[in-house]
Amino acid sequence: MRIFAPFVKYLRALFMVTLVVSVAACARTPTGGPGEATPGSQQEFLVTVGDRVFFETDSSILTNAGQTTLAKQAAWLNQYSQYRVVIEGHADERGTREYNIALGARRAAASINFLVSRGVSAARITSKSFGKERPVAICNDISCWSQNRRAVTVLN
Amino acid sequence: MNILPNRRDVLKTGLFGLAGMAMSSPASALVQIVVSGAQFTPLPIAIPDFASSDPSFGREVADIVRANLRRSGLFAPLDASAMPNVVGNVGVTPDFAQWQATNVDALGMGQVERSGNIQSSVRVWDTRASAQIVGQSLSTGPDAWRRIAHIVSDAIYTSLTAESGYFDTRIVYVAESGPKANRVKRLAVMDQDGANVQYLTSGRTLALTPRYSPSNSMLAYMNYDDGNPQVYLLDLATGNQQRIGNFGQMTFSPRFSPDGRSLAFSVESGGTTNLYSIPIGSNSPQQLTNSAAIDTSPSYAPDGSRIAFESDRGGQQQIYVMGAGGGGAQRISYGEGAYSTPVWSPKGDLIAFTRRQGGQFHIGTMKPDGSGERILASSFHAEGPTWAPNGRVIMYFSDPGGNGGPRLFSVDIWGRNLQQIPTESFASDPAWSPLLG
Repeated sequence: MRIFAPFVKYLRALFMVTLVVSVAACARTPTGGPGEATPGSQQEFLVTVGDRVFFETDSSILTNAGQTTLAKQAAWLNQYSQYRVVIEGHADERGTREYNIALGARRAAASINFLVSRGVSAARITSKSFGKERPVAICNDISCWSQNRRAVTVLN
Repeated sequence: MNILPNRRDVLKTGLFGLAGMAMSSPASALVQIVVSGAQFTPLPIAIPDFASSDPSFGREVADIVRANLRRSGLFAPLDASAMPNVVGNVGVTPDFAQWQATNVDALGMGQVERSGNIQSSVRVWDTRASAQIVGQSLSTGPDAWRRIAHIVSDAIYTSLTAESGYFDTRIVYVAESGPKANRVKRLAVMDQDGANVQYLTSGRTLALTPRYSPSNSMLAYMNYDDGNPQVYLLDLATGNQQRIGNFGQMTFSPRFSPDGRSLAFSVESGGTTNLYSIPIGSNSPQQLTNSAAIDTSPSYAPDGSRIAFESDRGGQQQIYVMGAGGGGAQRISYGEGAYSTPVWSPKGDLIAFTRRQGGQFHIGTMKPDGSGERILASSFHAEGPTWAPNGRVIMYFSDPGGNGGPRLFSVDIWGRNLQQIPTESFASDPAWSPLLG
C-alpha cells in the first residue's frame, strides 16, 4: 500500500493546482460563461471540438458521429499548428487482453487516417493503444462499455 | 479382496480421462466415473507429520504436502485425528492392519532434516496390498525450505498417478491494485500454492502478459515504459531487462519457443497486427504472417514444429495453426462465437483457449485439429489459460466486472476441481513455470 502514498500526494497536488487555475480563470474572465474558452486553447478543443470518438463493439469503423468529430478536430488542428497530438486507442472489457491491445491500435489508426485525409500532417500525430487497461466508465452494462470503446485525441 | 489396484486404476483413468473416453466402450463403468466429475472419488491417503529433529518443521512440511495433494482434487488426505501414528517413520514397515482400519488406500511417511541442504526421505505404501510403492531420498537448497515439501508432493503424486507432478513450480502473474480506471499493474511471482510472493516490477508503468522461458531463467512480457507497449526480456537471476528490438509501432504477445532459443510475438503497424519470431539475442525478426488483420497470441507446439495463434482475418477472432516458420495456416475453431488465446499443452495433446459466446467467457480445450472441444469453466469474464507442466491442470483469470477485479483460478482438464488461487491483490495473466527441477 505504501506505493500509493506518492500517488495520493500527486492527486492532492493536482487537485490544488486545478483549483487555483480555475479560480484564476474565473478572476480573469468575470463576464465569461462556463462554455467559453480561449480560441486555440486545450479547453476549447475539449469543449467545442470534442477530443474523442466512439466505436461499435469489436469495430474500428468510424461512425457518422465519429467522422463529424474528427472533421472538427482536423479543422481545428489545421488552424492551430503549434500542437502535436497522440491518439490513444481503447477497447471495452468484453474482449481478451492481447486482442484488445491490437484493437485499440486499429481504432487509433482509423482516427489517424481520417485526420491525415483532412490535411493534418502525419508527422504531428503519434498513437498509443491501451487495450482495455484504462476504462473511463466502470460498470456492468452495455451503455457503459460503449464509453470505453474510444479513440482520444490528446494535445501536446 | 484387493480393492486398491482398482481404486488406483480409477485414479489413473481420471488422469488419462480423454484417452480412456476415446478408447473405452460407452457402457464401461470406468468411463462413467471419468465423464461425470461429481462421481470421481479422490484417493484416500494418510500423510503423518514428517519425522524430524525439529518436530514443528516436520509438521510444516507435511502440512504443505497434504495441502498440495488435497488441492489437486485427486487425493483425500486423512485427518490427523484419525491416524494411528501422527508422526511418520521411514525406518520401519508400517502396521498395515492399523492403517487399513482408517480406510486409506495409500500412506506416505517422511523424514526431513536441515543439514546444510534440506534432506528428505519419503516412502509411499499401498496399505491394501501391504507393499511399498516407492521410496526416495530428495533434497533442496537451504534457502527455499518449502520446496522440499513440493518436491516430495511431486514424488507422491507421480508414484500414485504415473504422471509427472506440478507442485515444485512457480506462477508469474500481473498483480493489480488501485482504482480500475488507473490501476497499477506490475509483475509478481509466487509458488504454485501462493507462497513466497515477490514483485518484479515497480508498477510505475503497465506490465502485462508475462511468460516463462522453458529453462525458467527468463521472462518475456509487455511493458509500457516506452510509451507504446513493447516486448521485454527479464533475466530473473540478475533482474536485468531489455527490449527485444524496435519493430513497428508496438510489439506485444510474446511466447518462447520450446527450445528457448527464440520468441514469437505480435508487431502492430498502422493498425495491422502480424506475427514475427526472433532468435533471442538477434536483431533480425522473421515475419510469420502477412495479413491485414489482427494476428496475435502465438503459442508453439511442444515439438516446436507448429504455432497456434488467433486471427480475425475471417471477420471474428478464431484459432489457426500454421508451421513454425509461417505459412499454411489452417483454421481449427468452428464453434459459435469468438475463439482466442490458444495455448498448446506441454504434452501436445490439447490446445487451451478462451471462447466468447452468449454474453459469457469460457475456458476450454480442443485437440490440435480442432476436434473434441470441451468447456471447463464459464463466467461473466474469464481468459488467459496457462498449463501446469504435466498438462493436466489449467490456470486462468476471471473478473466479476464493475469495481471488482480479476482473480486467478485453476481447473483440471475435465472441468473438475475449480478453485481460486489466493493472491494478496487482484491478479491476472497467470503463467505457469515448468518444473523447477
